[in-house]
Amino acid sequence: MNKLMVYMFKNFIRMLLLLLFVSITAFILVSLSPIDPLQANISQTALGSLSQEQIDKLEMYWGVNEAPIERYLAWVRAFLHGDMGTSLLYRQSVASVIMQKLSNSLMLMVFAWIISGGIGFFLGILSGMNRGKIIDKLIKGYALLTASAPTFWLALLFLLVFSVWLGLFPIGLSVPIGMDAASVSLSDRLQHAILPAVTLSITGISNIVLHTREKMIDVLESEYVLFAVARGEKRWEIFRHHGLRNILLPAITLQFASISEIFGGSILVEQVFSYPGLGQAVVTAGLGGDIPLLLGITVISAAIVFAGNFIADILYGIVDPRIRKGARS
Amino acid sequence: MDRIPILDIQNLSVSFSQYVDMFRKNDLQVIKDLNLKLFEGEVVAVVGASGSGKSLLAHAILGILPYNASFSGRMSYCGEPLTQMRIEQLRGKEIVLVPQSVSYLDPLMKVGFQIRKSVNDKRSKEKMLQTLNRYGLGEEVEKLYPFELSGGMARRVLISTAVMDSPRLVIADEPTPGIHIDAAKQVLGHFRKIADDGAAVLIITHDLELAIEAADRVVVFYAGMTLEEAQASDFSDESKLSHPYTRALWRAMPQNGFRAIESIKEADL
Repeated sequence: MNKLMVYMFKNFIRMLLLLLFVSITAFILVSLSPIDPLQANISQTALGSLSQEQIDKLEMYWGVNEAPIERYLAWVRAFLHGDMGTSLLYRQSVASVIMQKLSNSLMLMVFAWIISGGIGFFLGILSGMNRGKIIDKLIKGYALLTASAPTFWLALLFLLVFSVWLGLFPIGLSVPIGMDAASVSLSDRLQHAILPAVTLSITGISNIVLHTREKMIDVLESEYVLFAVARGEKRWEIFRHHGLRNILLPAITLQFASISEIFGGSILVEQVFSYPGLGQAVVTAGLGGDIPLLLGITVISAAIVFAGNFIADILYGIVDPRIRKGARS
Repeated sequence: MDRIPILDIQNLSVSFSQYVDMFRKNDLQVIKDLNLKLFEGEVVAVVGASGSGKSLLAHAILGILPYNASFSGRMSYCGEPLTQMRIEQLRGKEIVLVPQSVSYLDPLMKVGFQIRKSVNDKRSKEKMLQTLNRYGLGEEVEKLYPFELSGGMARRVLISTAVMDSPRLVIADEPTPGIHIDAAKQVLGHFRKIADDGAAVLIITHDLELAIEAADRVVVFYAGMTLEEAQASDFSDESKLSHPYTRALWRAMPQNGFRAIESIKEADL
């Protein structure tokens, strides 16, 4: 138990360091970005008709003339006090913008995470168990095809086929256009989430399929499976007794590591479907020079991805007897 | 001799096909024209240097050669031809393998489960406990994972996997690697006992000294070919050995002068 506490503590420190570096890197990149928030958010003609006094005020609001280091330090100081600042574009606290956007995105991401993990695992096993046969070639072909297809392209294709041509799904947003927010039903929301979620799942599946297939083949080529065959175990028994058991561990790592990919994919997918989630918010913040929001989202996403990997580590220690028992002795 | 051998191997050859380059395949013969007969109650040792294709002999009998290997020749089991279909019915029941090392056990499965092939009924459990007991292993071994076994325990666990059903033919692939001579003799004693109970035991090893100690007959195997087949007792006298390689091996044994093997010429083989 004590060892676990030390392990947790070490990882906590590691996470803090990671977040520190992520925020510094993000901040440096934003500072180097050529985007002038005034030009980006106020039209050229409006900017021309403003008085110098008004422009000074706006420059102060967007923090154009502040020294980057001081801005960063001020942000860190506030962040440590639990204040992520105020979004310059949304004019709300960053925390509440993130909460709102995250709840939209979470539906997509959790759906895609479970679906791509489940289907990917299943197809990977099927493919690996039937190596070289038609079904393996089909699954592998599908996985390689979707792995090489850019997410945004796939999203556009789906939008074109299912929303425009077939009219099965709405073409964008997370709620029906022009409807009172109070009267939006859950089924409305689901209908708007299905297509982006499916797109996100499909790109996630290929990775899991290919990795699982590879692991399955490794297991089948192992000496313990050879011995199982020599002892008269049949294919299905070998899978049940040895296959599943031995690919489950790498699958756990893979599933939790895929959180980062789902996060990355969601940015592109939300953009194409105009889905008001975290991915779209981060693009808006980046292009509009909304530094507090951008840093907030970056740090929160890094923390979620880190947490995913951390959970995988902990689960590994619980599931794998070599680590579990090894740590005790 | 009227007795029907349990295993009769005639002119067995095993070869691998390898790609030399993109288009040309090359057949590499690892076992050439091997002949071997095993009778009930007999322990026969096949002795060969590492890399002489000894393990492939075991794999060929059990029908688990890799996909790029092929074999020719005839094998029969108790007088019936041993086809791929037949071996698939027999392996794990009447014909069993005792593998080389603990890496042949599933690293994530408790040893007890593996000894009884994941069968969980009461009869198998009792039989397993008996078997563990027979080889001087405690009941707690059942609950261990392969990585927790010591070398000697692993050896006995591997033998335990073989005797759960009553086998007629036991093939032990390199059963005494790197263990102390006394421990090795003890292991070989276990095989002797299995043979005395009515099975035929084929031991595949690189250790001539142990082979002579444990086996009734010794087959010396070099570069895929059988060089000599002799009664174990013949090894007490050099003049009874016919092949120069065997004689060289014999002379290399500590009690017989400990002379290094001079390189043997192709012509001798």
